[in-house]
Amino acid sequence: MRWGVLQFPGSCDERDALHACSLIGEARLVWHEQRDLDGFDAIVIPGGFSYGDYLRAGAIARFSPAMEAVAELAADGRPVLGICNGFQVLCEANLLPGALLRNESLRFICRQVELVAADDERLSIPVKHGEGRYYAPEEMLDAIEANGQVAYRYAPGQNPNGSARDIAGLTNEAGNVLGLMPHPEHAVDAMTGSTDGLAVFERMVAVAA
Amino acid sequence: MTVGAAKHRELGLTDTEFELIVEKLGREPNDVELAMFSLLWSEHCSYKHSRKLLRRLPTEGERVVMGPGENAGAVDIGNGHAVAFKVESHNHPSAVEPFEGAATGVGGILRDVFALGARPIAILDSLRFGELDSERARFLLDGAVRGIGHYGNSIGVPTVGGEIYFEPPYEHNCLVNAMCVGLAKTDEMVRAAAAGVGNAVILMGASTGRDGIGGASVLASAELGDGDEAKRPTVQIGDPFEEAKLLECCLELLGKGLLVSLQDLGAAGLTSSAGEMASAGGVGIDIDVARVPLREADMEPFEIMVSESQERMLAVVEPAKVAEVLAVCEKWQTGSAEVGVVTDSGLVRVLRDEAVVGEMPVEALVDGCPLYDIEPAEPAGWLYGNRATLDSAASAGETLLALLASPSIASKRWAFEQYDALVGSRTARRPESADAAVLAIPEADNAIAVSIDGNGRRVACDPYAGTVEAVLECAQNLACVGAEPLGLTNCLNFGNPEKPAPAWQLDRAVSGLAEACEALGVPVVGGNVSLYNEGPEGPIYPTPAIGMVGELPDPSRVAGSAFAAEGDAIGLVGPFAPALAGSELAKLRGELDHGLPEPDIAAVAAACAAVRDAVRAGKLSSAHDVSDGGLAVALAESAIGANLGCRVDLAPLLMGGLTPVEALFGEGSGGFLVSGKREALDSLGAIAIGEVAGREIEIAAGEDRVEVTVEAAESAWRSLGRELDAPR
Repeated sequence: MRWGVLQFPGSCDERDALHACSLIGEARLVWHEQRDLDGFDAIVIPGGFSYGDYLRAGAIARFSPAMEAVAELAADGRPVLGICNGFQVLCEANLLPGALLRNESLRFICRQVELVAADDERLSIPVKHGEGRYYAPEEMLDAIEANGQVAYRYAPGQNPNGSARDIAGLTNEAGNVLGLMPHPEHAVDAMTGSTDGLAVFERMVAVAA
Repeated sequence: MTVGAAKHRELGLTDTEFELIVEKLGREPNDVELAMFSLLWSEHCSYKHSRKLLRRLPTEGERVVMGPGENAGAVDIGNGHAVAFKVESHNHPSAVEPFEGAATGVGGILRDVFALGARPIAILDSLRFGELDSERARFLLDGAVRGIGHYGNSIGVPTVGGEIYFEPPYEHNCLVNAMCVGLAKTDEMVRAAAAGVGNAVILMGASTGRDGIGGASVLASAELGDGDEAKRPTVQIGDPFEEAKLLECCLELLGKGLLVSLQDLGAAGLTSSAGEMASAGGVGIDIDVARVPLREADMEPFEIMVSESQERMLAVVEPAKVAEVLAVCEKWQTGSAEVGVVTDSGLVRVLRDEAVVGEMPVEALVDGCPLYDIEPAEPAGWLYGNRATLDSAASAGETLLALLASPSIASKRWAFEQYDALVGSRTARRPESADAAVLAIPEADNAIAVSIDGNGRRVACDPYAGTVEAVLECAQNLACVGAEPLGLTNCLNFGNPEKPAPAWQLDRAVSGLAEACEALGVPVVGGNVSLYNEGPEGPIYPTPAIGMVGELPDPSRVAGSAFAAEGDAIGLVGPFAPALAGSELAKLRGELDHGLPEPDIAAVAAACAAVRDAVRAGKLSSAHDVSDGGLAVALAESAIGANLGCRVDLAPLLMGGLTPVEALFGEGSGGFLVSGKREALDSLGAIAIGEVAGREIEIAAGEDRVEVTVEAAESAWRSLGRELDAPR
């Protein structure tokens, strides 16, 4: 599996994502001006503050040449994983439904949380964001749930940001594009707290297969 | 603008200093020159009241790669790698505008570290505010914490540790000290000295505006008081995105070997960076202000030279490499302009196009400021007030809960959860899980530990002993995670050095710092001095913030500060001789007074070595230094962290002559609270005091008994977050 990890000016977690991907495949950084992503089986849009989060988180990065290529690659059914700022970019690019608003507390929050996957598997993965409150209109939320697009929810009582229906991560209808606010790339080594994040990357491998 | 007779006084220069400038120039300075002299001869830039004292500090050691005088200090951690680190204050800007003040404090210290070619890998902060019942203190705390998070989170450097104290003397003049640690390959680090006559001087990063003009002299070198609102325009505005690009750009330039030298623009902007680069290299520099990219077209030459606009760096580049440097800047969308040239004139010359608008010998400008001897006089008694908030008849259990809820001791989760502690994937121990932050360094196949400490109240009680204690506490924190200290940085936050009592505090504190470092064999590789920290009620508590970096072989072996297993034995290690003087309990009881017992530095150093070895050998389940609030608080913290209780009897301490209250709540250096197998504790020479058991914290101390549930203790310890989030 050949992973490409996008890098925008202001990305922060691209090296962490690169390391996580390299644990289960080959991985390389992709500068945001690169339009050709043919050499990759899967793309990660990492966390951070692309373009300083100016205007809105993800609002500028979505216009990068690399994101045009990501849209094509996603339409082909290849796996795309957006983490935190990457999730925000995917929503801005309309590759995922809904939007991410400022946390209910209006404060940045960095904390280990428990996630519940669609198959009830529990994962301990950290969140760290200021704009992670998932929002979509009620009817859209109903449709997302009916389609089985909710990939991860915060465990009961652990929703850190006020996300609608405890949604921590969701996929597009086809299931190959996944965005989530928690950081699986920061949960791949017991030394730094947990290895549960590997399951998220492995899920993308399954999409590619 | 004309140079009136009193112009130099408005800019903070004394008449004698002005006369000296006239003598060195052989004429009166013009506006541009006067502005530049006033900044470089300010306390903030020249250290004119502290430089003589700082000569006492030991600065050399086998592991020192860079010492004082560079942008930051650096120590060798082995395997071809070094860590660079420094702590710096941004107190006065934060007292005027806490969000931007704290944010730009972080931005500034990051630049100091990546100027050496080191990638920043950690931020720590040392913060001081007034008591939380003050609206101003809450406002400053909230703004400073948000500002630190805003900058550090956005730029992708984890904030891994720090400390916050709340004391009345910081009510008007809060302290915001930020420390940054960076990692570099030792042979790729660069110095700040300009070299190579004919080489180009390139200004990189943000454009230059009117923000922060006079920050170093107006804000940093005078007492705060009425009219601070009017100083708001002298506070700089930070843009972490600009710095994120600048950081990556600089590291790419250095990695490609394109720069001769690099220096950040901090206090006094272009004036200090150009002057200091020229001084360090023994050369001259010409700067053409017409080539500096501006935010406002009509800026005067003196404004351009002294602007403290953030996110700028100055580089010296060989002419043949200029084009390549500009191309890398283009890639990172960071501004760049060739603004000057290195000369052999020994002068800093300021030009506007062809016209020379300022011309000063580097030696006079950078190193010509007179150094002053301070005139210390020991004050007759306790300089600060007392405010009792706890009845001295309170039971031992009530006292423990009151101490745990005291904001300076209570959990700082409310603050550190606002910081990204994880980016970079090095954070082996998160905040409050161990006594020091632990960062894995796979590049060197080891790890580093970092701690920042300094209890101003204890330094106020006895500046010498209190400062020794601050150094020892750092060393103890490092020992608890198995780290050996390699180097130290410090920020000396004191009052007005021209007054006898703050001068005495500074003098004694520097002696304590020097002697503790000498005895521990830890060199001081850098630091910062922040004076004139006073409000209308007088000086702050004298507050040296000590930052220490150590090395450990294996981050996965680090013991936490929390107990780990029921049935483990609990022991006390080290030359712990607690007393109530200067303690948190003495504060709550309103019994603060002059004087502290003197710590036995050599004995503490020996205990640190023993604990370090035991942790490295994986023999301990937990290790925690006994600090604020004494042994009872240390026990409660270890219990809360594990959600496990303990049964402890302090009879062995009472037999040594301590009173029950001293044994429970007394403070002093040298105590380690450890848990583990009994044989491991015995071989460490620990005094056995109990075992990890149940869900209650039970401590017997003669007649006094503490019996509180872990849940109740945790609730008290978590009260700070509840209080800060409560609607008001």
